[in-house]
Amino acid sequence: MSARPASVEEVVAIGVPALSAERAVTWPKQTKTRLANGLELVLAEAHSIPKFHGQLFFRSGNAAALSRGPALADMTATVVRTGTAKRASRQIEEDLRRIGADLSTSAGQDNSAIAFAGLSEYAEQLLGMVNELAREASFPAPEFERERRQKLEEVKLERTSPGFLASERLRKILFGAHPYGQVSVSEAQVAAYTREDLIAVYRDFYTPENALLLMVGDFDSQAMVKTAEKVFGPWTGKKPETKPAAAPPHPHGRRVYLVHVPGAVQTQILAGCSAITRTHPDWIKLGLTNSLYGGAFNSRLVMNIREDKGYTYSPRSAVHPLHEHGYFSVSAAVRNDVVAASLTEIFYEMDKLRSLPVPASELADAQNYLTGVFSMGLATQEGLLSQLATVALNELPNDYLETYRAKVRALTPEDLLNTARQYLDSANLQIVVVGDRAQIESQARLFGELEIYDAQGAPLK
Amino acid sequence: MKQPQIAIEHTTLPNGLKVVIAPDSIAPVVTVGVYYKIGFRLEPQGRSGFAHLFEHMMFQGSANAPKMQHIKLINSSGGVLNGSTHYDVTNYYEAVPSNALERVLWLEADRMRALKVDDENLRNQRDVVKEEVRVNVMNQPYGGFPWLDLPPVAFRNWANSHNFYGDFADLDAASLADVQSFFKTYYVPNNAVLLILGDVQPGEGIALAKKYFADIPAGPPPPFADPTEPEQTQERRGEVEEKFGTLPAMAIGYPIPARRTRDWCAMTLLDMALHGGRAGRLHRELVLEKQIAVEADGGIDDIFGYNGPSQMVTRILHKPEFSSEAALPAFDAVIREIQQNGISEDELQQLKVKWRSDYYSTLEGGRGGHMPRYGLMHLLACFTLFDGEPQLVNTILDGFLAVTREDVLAAAKKYLRNDKRAIVFRKPVNIASKEAA
Repeated sequence: MSARPASVEEVVAIGVPALSAERAVTWPKQTKTRLANGLELVLAEAHSIPKFHGQLFFRSGNAAALSRGPALADMTATVVRTGTAKRASRQIEEDLRRIGADLSTSAGQDNSAIAFAGLSEYAEQLLGMVNELAREASFPAPEFERERRQKLEEVKLERTSPGFLASERLRKILFGAHPYGQVSVSEAQVAAYTREDLIAVYRDFYTPENALLLMVGDFDSQAMVKTAEKVFGPWTGKKPETKPAAAPPHPHGRRVYLVHVPGAVQTQILAGCSAITRTHPDWIKLGLTNSLYGGAFNSRLVMNIREDKGYTYSPRSAVHPLHEHGYFSVSAAVRNDVVAASLTEIFYEMDKLRSLPVPASELADAQNYLTGVFSMGLATQEGLLSQLATVALNELPNDYLETYRAKVRALTPEDLLNTARQYLDSANLQIVVVGDRAQIESQARLFGELEIYDAQGAPLK
Repeated sequence: MKQPQIAIEHTTLPNGLKVVIAPDSIAPVVTVGVYYKIGFRLEPQGRSGFAHLFEHMMFQGSANAPKMQHIKLINSSGGVLNGSTHYDVTNYYEAVPSNALERVLWLEADRMRALKVDDENLRNQRDVVKEEVRVNVMNQPYGGFPWLDLPPVAFRNWANSHNFYGDFADLDAASLADVQSFFKTYYVPNNAVLLILGDVQPGEGIALAKKYFADIPAGPPPPFADPTEPEQTQERRGEVEEKFGTLPAMAIGYPIPARRTRDWCAMTLLDMALHGGRAGRLHRELVLEKQIAVEADGGIDDIFGYNGPSQMVTRILHKPEFSSEAALPAFDAVIREIQQNGISEDELQQLKVKWRSDYYSTLEGGRGGHMPRYGLMHLLACFTLFDGEPQLVNTILDGFLAVTREDVLAAAKKYLRNDKRAIVFRKPVNIASKEAA
């Protein structure tokens, strides 16, 4: 096909049934309260199965811990589940299985979390376990040593994944000295962790004033509040102090960063620019613009480089709303000989959205898509939990879920044109390509000044 | 203990299409699935990867909905769609706001009635599939490990042992004639089940199924290659080079008993005793206690979703300072222990509670954030196509909850045998010399 897909006369389907009247979307009633010790509680009932899902969030993660060590909140979360004052590691795992529960501990840039799910009949026991991990983790020295040894292998392993190498490089470029620029940790840094570092992070971050407990599932909310009070009531602790972070650099002008992986049979493209957080007034506009560009199967980029040209299997674009800053990115794993051709189309679709208003019918399709999938979150306990977490963690307005659809529907082609011009910043897009230098270097050079690195992050000539 | 019961209505249309409706009033969202009883196990010889390539072609256009329209119509109705190819089934599914139900059924019926694709579409999707294989297998550390590595070592029948993603030469050889012939043979209503779940009334669902699907003509019953394996008499081993990863790995597979037998239930709990997360014996022994492995996991994949030979597979990534000759005996010791001493009553009770809890999650859970009811849809489809009994979804749990300690011990002795197993070693190229030394 020589013509671009959007200029091909669209062949429409014949005889498609019309949509029937839309059925009302009703978000469940939430119970919100704060215990005397500062612990914030958000509950919603969902009686689909006799189970419930929850997350205990702490509003501090790797970014807040960076001055003490990279990825230290993550390492702390890992060791939290390996022992408490009352239970050894093996006992913890068996006791969870005994009540049919799943539990995981983790930390990202902005939060640390204990996520859990279990049978409603054992709700109190499961909350008891969560409480014990949040308050009485004992960081047994042998468990810490074992997890650290484990982490050393994981750190080596992640440097063999093209996706990891691409996002590590892009984050460094977009965030520089800001903690968000640091997504990985070196072997030497892991070796330097001490048990005392972890205990200090735990003591400072895992406090009720810093915490948010969300639960969704088959329970009575009033009874669950009482259970939570009984279990978590005696816990005390202050919110940790926060330090202002360095400003991200906002790089100007296109540049290309090649991460050399000898023998790669495909190239991972990841390009991005600074954007906004969820609390920004333009957030919903950018969400819709992204959905049109490359955020949905039916988006322009997917139709172009997958369905028309067959360059790639899974192209996509996304807006990443970290707590302090956001960024926009577009990615595709492509055949080595079409790296330049794929980048050309990535820019073409971006610049087209920046130049021409979106046709009304395409806008309506995208509005339907975004409002429809938003409501899918209602259908499962986990989906609902994730929607509620977004609202609570970002301190979005109380009516955010209820008013989101109307806000999406109100947007105009003009809004999208302005949004694309502002945030799909093609002139300043930073381009990362991960692949075999011999096959892609000359293609990459076409798009800007080139820097080359090896998989360990060292610059190459 | 309150066990959830799934309300189900089901029928078979005169053309042989089975229809299953599972209504609920949780959200104004409906999930639609069409499952065809054809997977990569039974694709034609010389056409490895074809069942999956064909799945891609089902999104490329049908009689009244040309290329791009399938995706556009679902997305623009506020929904999502996908498809996936398995050993014994291929599925196509959508989740949409319930006011788009008729549109989805129209679209699924249109492509069941007549696929309308050309050479350009085939070339395009062949390219897309090759990039899928590269991103998931050829350009990833441990890509295809062990799901593509183990079958050629473990099995002798081509149906079970070939490369399911497809050799590129076979993908290149696939023609439009192959596409139409595969469609005519296997994509007939009498080889499929239609499922509608969520915000739908049972009567409405069945009436709509008739309206859109009843006039699609039945085809001859599709031929099925026999996937039976010849008797295995000794351990089988193979080796695959790991191009990117830094850790040596191995996968050990044991054949599992036939579905819906007492042994099958016992084997499932035995699997959980061995592989059930951090409480599982293999993780505990190899990762936590002996600290040989960085990862030790696996198990029986999709226990309800197979209709032929299948395996319980353990996947181990171990530290480079241990050779595979040292890691394998540590695994063997865990197996020997459970064969000699079985499991305690306390452990059995833990396994049953966890199994029941996991089963409820399967009934309720989605796939990713935007595909609600995927788990229930999959169970209903497999119970309908393989067993002819969608109601099994409400009773199948009982067999697992009735398993005894003796059953688990007997299963361990009968099925975890060295002469029945297969092992694949993934050897990283960058430490190969160290391993040999």
